[in-house]
Amino acid sequence: MKLEANIPGGPVTEKWERHKFELKQVNPANKRKFTVIVVGTGLAGASAAASLGELGYNVKAFCIQDSPRRAHSIAAQGGINAAHNYPNDGDSVYRLFYDTVKGGDFRAREANVHRLAECSNLIIDHCVAQGVPFGREYGGLLDNRSFGGAQVSRTFYARGQTGQQLLLGAYQAMMRQVSKGSVKMYARREMLDLVLVGGKARGIVVRNLVSGELECHEADAVCIATGGYGNVFYLSTNAKGCNVGAMWRAHKRGALLANPCYTQIHPTCIPVTGDYQSKLTLMSESLRNDGRVWVPRKGGDPRKPSDIPESERYYFLEEKYPSFGNLVPRDVASRNSKMVCDNGLGVGSSKRAVYLDFADAIKRVGESGVSAKYGNLFQMYEKITDENPYKNPMRIYPASHYTMGGLWVDYNLMSTVPGCFVLGEANFSDHGANRLGASALMQGLADGYFVIPYTIGGYFAGTKLEKVDTSQAEFVDAAKSTKAFIDRLLNINGKKTVTEFHRELGHITWDNVGMGRNKAGLEKAISEIVSLREEFWKNVKVPGSNDSFNQTLENAIRVADFLEFGELLARDALYREESCGGHFRDEHQTPEGEAKRDDEKFCHVAAWEWKGDNKSHELNKENLEFENVHLITRSYK
Amino acid sequence: MSGNMNLTIKVWRQKDAQARGSFETVKLSNICPDMSFLEMLDVMNEQLMKDGKEAFAFDHDCREGICGMCSLVINGLPHGPDDLITVCQLHMRKFKDGDTIVIEPWRASAFPVLRDCVVDRTAFDRIIQAGGFISINTGNAPPANTLPVPKVNSDHSFDAAACIGCGACVAACKNASAMLFVSAKVSQLSYLPQGKPEAQKRVLAMVEQMDKEGFGNCTNLYECEAVCPKGISVEFIAKMNREYACATALYAEKVYDTSG
Repeated sequence: MKLEANIPGGPVTEKWERHKFELKQVNPANKRKFTVIVVGTGLAGASAAASLGELGYNVKAFCIQDSPRRAHSIAAQGGINAAHNYPNDGDSVYRLFYDTVKGGDFRAREANVHRLAECSNLIIDHCVAQGVPFGREYGGLLDNRSFGGAQVSRTFYARGQTGQQLLLGAYQAMMRQVSKGSVKMYARREMLDLVLVGGKARGIVVRNLVSGELECHEADAVCIATGGYGNVFYLSTNAKGCNVGAMWRAHKRGALLANPCYTQIHPTCIPVTGDYQSKLTLMSESLRNDGRVWVPRKGGDPRKPSDIPESERYYFLEEKYPSFGNLVPRDVASRNSKMVCDNGLGVGSSKRAVYLDFADAIKRVGESGVSAKYGNLFQMYEKITDENPYKNPMRIYPASHYTMGGLWVDYNLMSTVPGCFVLGEANFSDHGANRLGASALMQGLADGYFVIPYTIGGYFAGTKLEKVDTSQAEFVDAAKSTKAFIDRLLNINGKKTVTEFHRELGHITWDNVGMGRNKAGLEKAISEIVSLREEFWKNVKVPGSNDSFNQTLENAIRVADFLEFGELLARDALYREESCGGHFRDEHQTPEGEAKRDDEKFCHVAAWEWKGDNKSHELNKENLEFENVHLITRSYK
Repeated sequence: MSGNMNLTIKVWRQKDAQARGSFETVKLSNICPDMSFLEMLDVMNEQLMKDGKEAFAFDHDCREGICGMCSLVINGLPHGPDDLITVCQLHMRKFKDGDTIVIEPWRASAFPVLRDCVVDRTAFDRIIQAGGFISINTGNAPPANTLPVPKVNSDHSFDAAACIGCGACVAACKNASAMLFVSAKVSQLSYLPQGKPEAQKRVLAMVEQMDKEGFGNCTNLYECEAVCPKGISVEFIAKMNREYACATALYAEKVYDTSG
C-alpha cells in the first residue's frame, strides 16, 4: 500500500493556512445533510462533536461511560502547552514546534507538529472563553508553569486538574449542541466494528452496555477518538475501561496501525504494592518543578530519608543533566529511575522506587506554598500510601501512561480507510517516539476544535457518498459476525477469569516490551502472547449472558483485543532496531546509556497492515523528512 | 505484603431496573489493608466467578478520584467512611478485621438502578444541557488575556468547578436534592466575566430542569457537603438561591430574554 500523507506544499510555517484555503468547502445549508459519528468523548472526541455540531453537521457521539464527562482525559493533571509567550521568556510557535519535534526524538511528522503549535494559542483563548478556570496571577491574567523538555514556561494549568477542567469545557460545549439537537449522545455504548460500504467508512456496530443489544449506526464519516492502548500493560495510569477495541477493529477493517512500540512510561507514579493492584496512580510531572529526584548513594541504606546527609544522596537527574535537571523529558527520567533501581539503589519495600523530595521547596515557600500548587496531588498520595509527603519524600516509579503510536492518519487526520478519521491519542502523528508533558491535552483539543472541522469538510466536498442504511448487507453482516464473536466468548466456560489473563499479559508486556527491550525478550514475549491468546480462547470464564448489563463480558472483549494487539506491539518493537524516545532497545545505546537512533535505517513511520487471522502483518513505510528541525542527537545535558 | 483481614460483605444485587433487589452476603478472607476498596471488590468478584456466580456490578473507571464514576453507599455513607475522597480512593486500612460492610447503590428516584449498584445518572447531563455552559462557538474567542479575572473570583470559580458530578450529594440527602451539583456549575460560570451575560437565563433553566428530573429541594442539612469528595461548599447553594431570586424578579419584568 502506498501511504499518501497529503502534506501540503510550501514552507512549514505556511502549510496549514494554505491547506485551509485549498480545502473544498461544504456550503452551510448542505452541512446538515451530513452525519458524522464520533466514537469517544474525551478531549478530542468531545471537542470534535461540539465543533462539528456548531457548524451544522449532524453528530452522533458514543462513549462507554455513563456520561461523556467521565472520559479519561479528565484525569490529566498538570497542564496544557501553548506558545502565547506571556512570561516573555522567548517562546514562539516555532519554538514549541521545535521542542515537540526534538522531544519526540525526530520520529513525528514536521507539518503536523507545526500545525499543532499554531493551534495551541487558539485553544487557550477558546477554553478561557468557555469558562475554564485556569490559574491566574493577582493582576487577573493567566499564569504559566514549566514542564519537561522545555526551557520556557508555557504550560497553562488549572491547579492539578487541568484535564478535568478542559474536558468539562468541551463536554459543556457538546451538551449545548445536544440541547440544540445537532449532537445526539449515546452513552454506555462500545464500538465493536467499523462498517465499510463501497470501501468507505459508513457506520459502526456498537454494543449497548445496559441491554446488550447490538446496534448499527450509519453516517457519512466516522471519527475514532478512543484514546490509547496503555492498558496492554495491565497496570497503567489509564482508567480501567481504556481499551484498544475501536482502534483494533478499525485496523482489522483496513486502517493501518503505526508505531505501536512508541509507548510512554511516565516517571512519576506511585509504585506497585501488591499482586491485587488494579491500577497505578500518576503524580503530575509538574511536581518535578519543585521536587528533587534522588536515591541514597549506598544501596539498601536503612536510614530514614531525612537522616541521609546531602553528600550521601545521588540526585541522578541533576548530576547527569545539569541544564534540564529534574525537568528532562519523560523517557529520559523514566529510564534513569529504572537504571538506578537496576543498580540496586532503589528504595521502599520493593526496591523499585526513587524519592521525589519537596524538602527544599518547603523550606523556600513553606508547606502552604507547596500546598497551593500541588495540594490535591499531595492529598491523593497520602490517601493511597498512608504517608505524609510534606514530612517524608514521595516514593515514585515509572508506569505506563500514554501511547504515541496509533492508527496511521494523513495530514487531514484520515486513516487508510476513506471516511474514517482518527483524533487525539488514538492517532500516531504528533508526538513521534516520545510525548512531552502538557502536549496531550493540546493535541486532543487541536484535533477536535481546530483541525477536523476543516478537514472533514474537504472530504465531504470532494467525495461522492451514496445513501446507506443499516438494513444493508454490510451492516447486517458486521452485526452478525460481532454476535458470533460474543457468543464464542460466552460459550468457552473455562476455568480462568478475564482478569487473570489480562494480568498475565501485563507481566509479559511490562517485562519484555516495557522500558528496556531486547531481541531475545521480544521474541519470548511474542511466543508467550500467542500461547496466552490460545489459552484464553480455550479456558476463559465469562459468566452471565449477552442480553444484560455484563461488565465481565465487556472486559473479556477488551482483553481479547489486547491479546491480539500485544503481539503487534512486540513485533513492532522487534522490528525497530534502534532506540528512540520511549522505545529503548538495549542493543542500541550510547556508552553513557542514552538512546541511539539509526536515522539511516529507521527515519520512517512503521505502519502495519492487517492481512487476516493467523497471517503476518505487512509493513508499510512513510519516510519522515526533516526540513526545519535538523536531525541531531537529543541532548538534555 | 500478606493479607490479614476477614470481612463479611453485604452487597445489593438487582438484576435490572424492574427487578426487586436484595442483599447478598459474601465472606472474604485475607484482605490486605493497603488494598483500595474497589480492589477488595475485585477480589470478591474473582471469588464469586470462581464459584460460578455472576460478578457484582459497580461503576468505576479512573480509580484515582476524578472521573466521578464510582458510586457506592458504604455502611450508610456515600463514598464510605473517609473524608474528601471517592470510593476508589478509600483503602481497606479504614476497616478492621471481622467487620461487616454493607454496600448499596445511590438511592434516589432520579437515579434509577440499572443493575446491582450501577445507577443511571443521565439526569445530571440533562441539567447541564439546560444551561450549564457558556454559549461560545469554536473560533469566536477573543485572546485569552483580554479580560482579566480577579484571582479571588477565579479561585472561587475553580472551587466550584472541582465538582466531579458523582452524585454523592444526592445520595446523602434525605430529599435527594441535587442543589449542590447544580449550584456548583451555576457558581463556577457566574463568578467569571465570560459567564455573566447568560447568568440569569442559566440559573432559571438549570433549576427548572433539576425540578423536572425529580430531585428534591434543599432543607439545609448539609449532608451533601459532608460527603462531597471534592469538598464543594454549601455556600454555592446560597449563591445559587440569590441568583435564582434575582433572575426570577428580573425575568418577571422581562428584562432578560430567556428564549433561544
